[in-house]
Amino acid sequence: MELHAAELGFQELNEKLRETADREITLTGCIGQRFLAAGTAGKYVKINGIAGNALGAYLNGSVIETFGNAQDAVGDTMNAGEIIVHGNIGDAAGYAMRGGKIFVKGNAGYRAGIHMKAYQDKIPVMVIGGRTGSFLGEYQAGGIIIVLGLSGGEKPIVSNFPCTGMHGGKLFLRSDCAGIHFPHQVHHRIAAPEELAEIRCHIEEYCAHFGGDPDAILNAEFTLVTPDSGNPYKQMYVAN
Amino acid sequence: MIPLEGQVRIPSGCAVSAMISRDGRRMNGEQIIQSMVPMHDRSNGLGGGFAAYGIYPEYKDFYALHIFFNDKSCQNECMTLLKEYFEIVQDEHIKVRKIPQITDEPIIRRVFVSPMQSVLRHLQIDEKELVVRTVNRINAQLDGSYVFSCGKNMGAFKAVGFPEDVGRYYRLEEYEAYCWTAHGRYPTNTPGWWGGAHPFCMLDYSIVHNGEISSYDANRRFIEMYGYKCTLQTDTEVITYIADYLLRRQGLTLEETAAVIAAPFWSTIDAKPEAEKQMYTYLRNVFPSLLVTGPFSIILGFEGGLMALNDRLKLRSMVIGEQDDMVYIASEEAAIRVMAPDIRNIWSPAGGEPVIVRVKEGAF
Repeated sequence: MELHAAELGFQELNEKLRETADREITLTGCIGQRFLAAGTAGKYVKINGIAGNALGAYLNGSVIETFGNAQDAVGDTMNAGEIIVHGNIGDAAGYAMRGGKIFVKGNAGYRAGIHMKAYQDKIPVMVIGGRTGSFLGEYQAGGIIIVLGLSGGEKPIVSNFPCTGMHGGKLFLRSDCAGIHFPHQVHHRIAAPEELAEIRCHIEEYCAHFGGDPDAILNAEFTLVTPDSGNPYKQMYVAN
Repeated sequence: MIPLEGQVRIPSGCAVSAMISRDGRRMNGEQIIQSMVPMHDRSNGLGGGFAAYGIYPEYKDFYALHIFFNDKSCQNECMTLLKEYFEIVQDEHIKVRKIPQITDEPIIRRVFVSPMQSVLRHLQIDEKELVVRTVNRINAQLDGSYVFSCGKNMGAFKAVGFPEDVGRYYRLEEYEAYCWTAHGRYPTNTPGWWGGAHPFCMLDYSIVHNGEISSYDANRRFIEMYGYKCTLQTDTEVITYIADYLLRRQGLTLEETAAVIAAPFWSTIDAKPEAEKQMYTYLRNVFPSLLVTGPFSIILGFEGGLMALNDRLKLRSMVIGEQDDMVYIASEEAAIRVMAPDIRNIWSPAGGEPVIVRVKEGAF
C-alpha cells in the first residue's frame, strides 16, 4: 500500500498504517508526523520525507526504513524490529530501547542510546555510521552501541561526556579515542580481534543497508567501553 | 484575575522557527506561518507569536511600540504617560483579521514614537535607555497596559491561539521582513495570556524560547537590580532582559553573551586553550547569576541578525538549515522542509554553541 502522508495528521496516518492488512507500506511526502508505526509488528514501512519525533516508538517487530533524516527519539523504548535511517538522526535515539536494531547511515545527535537495556536474549543494537553528540550511551544498562565515524568531518567521533552513568552493555567506537574523556566508572581499551568478531555481523548488516566493505571498516582500531560493574554502587553509596 | 506564577501548572512543549535572508531580501510572513504547521502538536493553543525585522522602512527612525490595552481608560492613561517623554508620530490600530480561533482580544495599538530631546538632556540618558525605562514602567505600573514590542523597524505580533492562527489573525502575509522568528506555546507553570505569548521584546531584541528556566528566580533577582521588571508571569522574559543588559549595557559580543547564559561546564573550560579558558572563566566569574540552567532552545532576534542557542546540555531540539542567502532554524527539521523542501545543508548545533547569522552590512 502507498500512503500519501502530506495532508494527514499523525493520528490518521498511524491508524491507516495499523488497519491495513498489507504488510508492505510506503509513505510519501512525510512532514514531521510523530510516532510513525509506533508499537507495530510484522510490517515493512518505507518512509519518504521527514518522519517526526519518536519514529517507531515501542516498535514490536516491524521494519522501518526511512530515506530522509529522522528527528528526535527514534525507536523510543522499542522492543523488537529494525529501524534503518539513510540520513542523520536527532537527539535521544534508542531511548530505553530493549530489543531490536537501529542502523543510521549518518550522524546522531545528543544522548544516542540513552538507557538502552538488555534481558536474556533481548539485546538491542544501534549502529551509527557517522559521529555522535554528547552523552552517548548515557545510563546505558545493556545492549551494544557501535559508532563508526565514517562521516562527519574532522570532529571527534563522540562529543563530551560519553558513557555518563553507564552500568551495563558494550560500546564500540571506531577510533583510538585519544583525547576523549570517559568517566571513571567505565573501562575503555582497544578492542581485541575476538571482540570485534562479535560485532562483525552488525557491521555486515550496516554495509548491506548502506554500502561499504565490512573488512575495510573492521580493519581499524576500535575502542571498547564497558562499565566497571564489579560493584557499581560502591562509588555512589558506602562500601559493602 | 489571571493566576500568577506558581498558582497554576500546565505541562510542557513549545516550538520555535526562524528564517533570515543574509542578503536582506524581504519576505512576507506566509512561509514562517506555514513552518509552524507540522509542529502544531508542540503547542496547545495557549500562545503563538512572531517577530519581524525590516517591516517598517518608512518609519525606521522611530520606535514602534506595539501595545495591548485592556480597555479605553488604560489606553488613555498610557498615552498620557508616553506623551510626557515622546513625540507621538503615528498612533493606529494594528490591522487584524477576525477569525473564530482568536478571541478575547485586547485593544491592540501600534504607536510610532520619537524621544523628546529635552527629556533626554534633562535625564542625561540616551534614547534607548529612555525607551527601556518607559516600557518597564508601563508594564510594571500601569495595570492593563502592556508594551510587547518597542524596537525600530521591527515588531512582535502575538496572541492566545495556535501560531498559524495568530499569523493569519495579524495578516502577516501583508508584512515584509528580512528576518522572521516564530513561536508556538505550550505553557509550563504559568497561564496562557496575550502578554505571556512569545516573542518577548526589549528594543530590537526579541526572544522566542522552547524550554523551562530552572534558574529563573536567580536570574530575575539579579536582573531586577538593574531596573528591569519581570511582569509578564512567565520565565522567558528574563532572557530578553539579560540579552539587553549584556549586549547593550555591558557591551558584550553575542559570543560572550552566549558564554554567560549557556556557560560551558568547568571541566569543559579546563580542556580549552589558555586564552579561551581565561575568557570563559572570567565570564562565569563575573556573571554567575546570569547562567541560565534548565532546558532551552532560544532564538534571539536583533537588528540585522539573529542568534540561536541551546542550553549547554542540549535538552531541547534545534535544527539549522542553510541554502543560498537563507538560514532557517526550527525545533524540527520538518518545519525547515516546509520553508525549503530540497535543502541539503541541515545540521544541529551542540549545546551552548551559538549560531549567529548576520545580514550583510547596508542590506537592512
